[in-house]
Amino acid sequence: MSALRSTSRLFAASKPLFRPAVFARSYATVDPVAQVSATGHATTSVTPESKTSTVQEPTPSEQPRIKKFQVYRWNPDTPSEKPQMQTYELDLNKTGPMMLDALIRIKNEIDPTLTFRRSCREGICGSCAMNIDGVNTLACLCRIPTDTAKDSRIYPLPHTYVVKDLVPDLTYFYKQYKSIKPYLQRDTPTEDGLEYRQSPEERKKLDGLYECILCACCSTSCPSYWWNSEEYLGPAILMQSYRWMADSRDEKTAERKAALDNSMSVYRCHTILNCSRTCPKGLNPARAIAEIKKMMAAH
Amino acid sequence: MARLSGLQREVLSLYRKCLREIRKKPVDTQQNFRIYARTEFQRHMKISKKDFNAIEYLLRKGHRQVEMYSSPGIRNIH
Repeated sequence: MSALRSTSRLFAASKPLFRPAVFARSYATVDPVAQVSATGHATTSVTPESKTSTVQEPTPSEQPRIKKFQVYRWNPDTPSEKPQMQTYELDLNKTGPMMLDALIRIKNEIDPTLTFRRSCREGICGSCAMNIDGVNTLACLCRIPTDTAKDSRIYPLPHTYVVKDLVPDLTYFYKQYKSIKPYLQRDTPTEDGLEYRQSPEERKKLDGLYECILCACCSTSCPSYWWNSEEYLGPAILMQSYRWMADSRDEKTAERKAALDNSMSVYRCHTILNCSRTCPKGLNPARAIAEIKKMMAAH
Repeated sequence: MARLSGLQREVLSLYRKCLREIRKKPVDTQQNFRIYARTEFQRHMKISKKDFNAIEYLLRKGHRQVEMYSSPGIRNIH
């Protein structure tokens, strides 16, 4: 870079001999060339506001569609107070289409103490998992029912310890996820020492498994997981477990199977299928668990 | 001493756990940790012993805090 600069400086130093003085430029001086370009910029610039039309704020609707939202509230700072349902009213005409929009609007405009997790607002982070009208789902993927006669009820994920309001404590869920070793385990290198390759057919086995975002909607909808969450791994974790068992590049399938080979880890699944019904990403954890059971039976 | 309920015993065992963890801290800061643990317990002294939900929540929170503060990187507390 410095070499380049010095050559250009040499070039510039030799040049003025053949150029009119107007074009000679030195540092920190306002030269005519720059002035010309500045005025040129001004002439092609903005049309003044007196000559343009005004974009008005959308007029408030004449027939507001008021919907009531009942939200679970619990404040950890006053632990002896009981959890309660708080009702909020919103005009749906001014609110975005999704439940998350409604929650954000409540937080911004009505009650800043309302607490919930959210991040991507497009169903890729899994932060805003909650129980909406009795179904575990992501608030960002759940449309607000337009029927204003009915109240919408929003709870945190069922059978989780609540940190505050709609925020569940997922520590144990993540610990369980860690326990299945969700990473590629392999000792032998490939022949050419490059990346581990996979045929398209083998890759296809991972479709419908790798998309899971670990929002915990399925696990917390499973009655079996409610009663045995200490030992039963739950649909989300088992699906990830199967994702690594099905991976052709992973070499520790036998160990993974051995780790699950007890009465609690897998076999608390009684094919209730709440998991597949509730999954906001449209995946099928129950099928993955069935595949695990098949693998365990074959071995 | 009167017979303690299961929950009361759990609270006491959490307090003992705190004291045991404090002994692993540097000697000159142990008193700070002791004061902190004590005030955390005293803050919620007034909770009725029938309020199981609140006590269970505070127990969980306490265990979480002990786990966090017992990491060897934390040497003092103010």
